[in-house]
Amino acid sequence: MRLHPTVYAAAGLLVFLGIWEAVPASGLIQSSLLPPPSELPKAFMREFRSGLWAQYVGLSLNHYILGFLVGAGLGTMLGVITGMSVRLEWSLAWVVRLLRPIPNLAWAPFAIIWFGVDQANAIFIISIGVFWIAFFAALGAVHGVDRDLIEVADAFGFRSAPERLFKVLLPAATPGILIGLRTALGQAWMAVVAAELSGVSGLGSRMMQASSLLATDIVVVYMLTMAALYGIMDAGFMLLQGKLLKWKP
Amino acid sequence: MEAMISSPRIIHIEDLGLAFEQDGRRTEVLRGLDLDICAGEFIAIVGASGVGKSTLLRVLMDLAKPTTGRVTITPDPNAERPMAMVFQDARLLPWRRVLSNVMFGLEKTSLSKSERVTRATEALKLVGLAEMAARWPHQLSGGQRQRVALARALAVRPSILLMDEPFSALDVATRENLQDELIRIRAETGRTILFVTHDIDEAVYMADKVVALGGKPGVVRSNRKIDVPRPRRRGSIALAEIAQDVRIDITADHRDPDFVI
Ligand SMILES: Nc1ncnc2c1ncn2[C@@H]1O[C@H](COP(=O)(O)OP(=O)(O)OP(=O)(O)O)[C@@H](O)[C@H]1O
Ligand SMILES: [Mg+2]
Repeated sequence: MRLHPTVYAAAGLLVFLGIWEAVPASGLIQSSLLPPPSELPKAFMREFRSGLWAQYVGLSLNHYILGFLVGAGLGTMLGVITGMSVRLEWSLAWVVRLLRPIPNLAWAPFAIIWFGVDQANAIFIISIGVFWIAFFAALGAVHGVDRDLIEVADAFGFRSAPERLFKVLLPAATPGILIGLRTALGQAWMAVVAAELSGVSGLGSRMMQASSLLATDIVVVYMLTMAALYGIMDAGFMLLQGKLLKWKP
Repeated sequence: MEAMISSPRIIHIEDLGLAFEQDGRRTEVLRGLDLDICAGEFIAIVGASGVGKSTLLRVLMDLAKPTTGRVTITPDPNAERPMAMVFQDARLLPWRRVLSNVMFGLEKTSLSKSERVTRATEALKLVGLAEMAARWPHQLSGGQRQRVALARALAVRPSILLMDEPFSALDVATRENLQDELIRIRAETGRTILFVTHDIDEAVYMADKVVALGGKPGVVRSNRKIDVPRPRRRGSIALAEIAQDVRIDITADHRDPDFVI
């Protein structure tokens, strides 16, 4: 007998939570080191009532959304343009090799000098991580466009760069661009925490603060908050992707 | 051939040569090809596989640059588009529904959106696919896709219509039906048509002239006027005799040992 997939999903989640609950209860690990899930609602309510939760989540969402939009927007644009022009691609080859391997956190000192301990600082760091993912995805997607279809555009008179872009390249490259953006959607959350560890207020700074007070339950509350936000966004993204790619078999 | 020119020359090909360069090796596909086509003519181009028929159309469409020679095209300035092409493989845009695919070329014209829809719907009716308008290309059979590609080219009403084996993927009934449709459209619109096919009977049935390409690199072996009045009868003796001559033109004095027809 085959049950509905959500039944399996719920069962898997329950088993996971059960094991998590059992480990501190058995005394294997102290509950101050690994707070059991049953204690989390209390911790969450405390944090929520004090208004801190909404404040920090709001700040982080702001960093996340702006960082994602800036990084994804610039990365996709530059990736597409680079994919359309071999000359530009040749020109950028070593610039990209020079900048690409620098981890986004390595920019933190500059971010502090340039933007101070400010929202812009976190947004900058997040957008760098997203930028490269979006850039390479868009570049690869444009390279992968079927040449025969570009020829169709040529044959029907769409020979200028903007015509080619909007008639063929962009629609044909959309699946590849979206794969990159979805990867970046998850990557950006890691960047949020990393960026906020450097002092900009948000989820990350609150988690650091809580862990230094050994309030591990609060740390876990924010971990789960992030997981939930990511889950919602990814599901929303999949919905959008389904709409954009409904032509796919 | 000169004596036949009654309407203005629309395509002039002179000493056309094309070679592909790959891995340092040079493959000559066409060499010293001359051909003149008059406005309103229906030309069939026949020749063995690999002789360069598609390459010739690609040069005319400015999708490939000739290595030598000259191509001059003077399309009717009153036509909405100078040229349109049906590729050997359908090449529909997978992200557009069937109707939208047929409207593709019309987006280069000054027609309004509603005129484009009307025009595309008409073209789809012509190829017998009106009820498929809302489908995605991947939901069509190979032959249906080819017919949509045909509709896409017909819809723009080009001065010159280039067709690369447009009917080869179709069943006999559909093919014969579309052959007659194309003959009718040509009669009504006086459009110039270059029709590549490997089916010599199809060529002599439809065309005013049959151009036989042969050799390696390819040249024009013959350019025969089909002096059979229309409406023609498929498989008539007159057509069969010309078809036989064309077959001989293609195979005669070939140098390529694995040349098959
Ligand atoms: N991009 C390319 N690079 C190298 N050789 C090519 C290229 N395109 C075509 N050719 C060669 O040019 C020759 C002519 O090709 P073309 O497609 O014009 O043949 P064709 O007459 O249309 O054949 P068919 O009837 O099979 O469609 C072939 O031998 C082919 O291998
Ligand atoms: Mg061909």
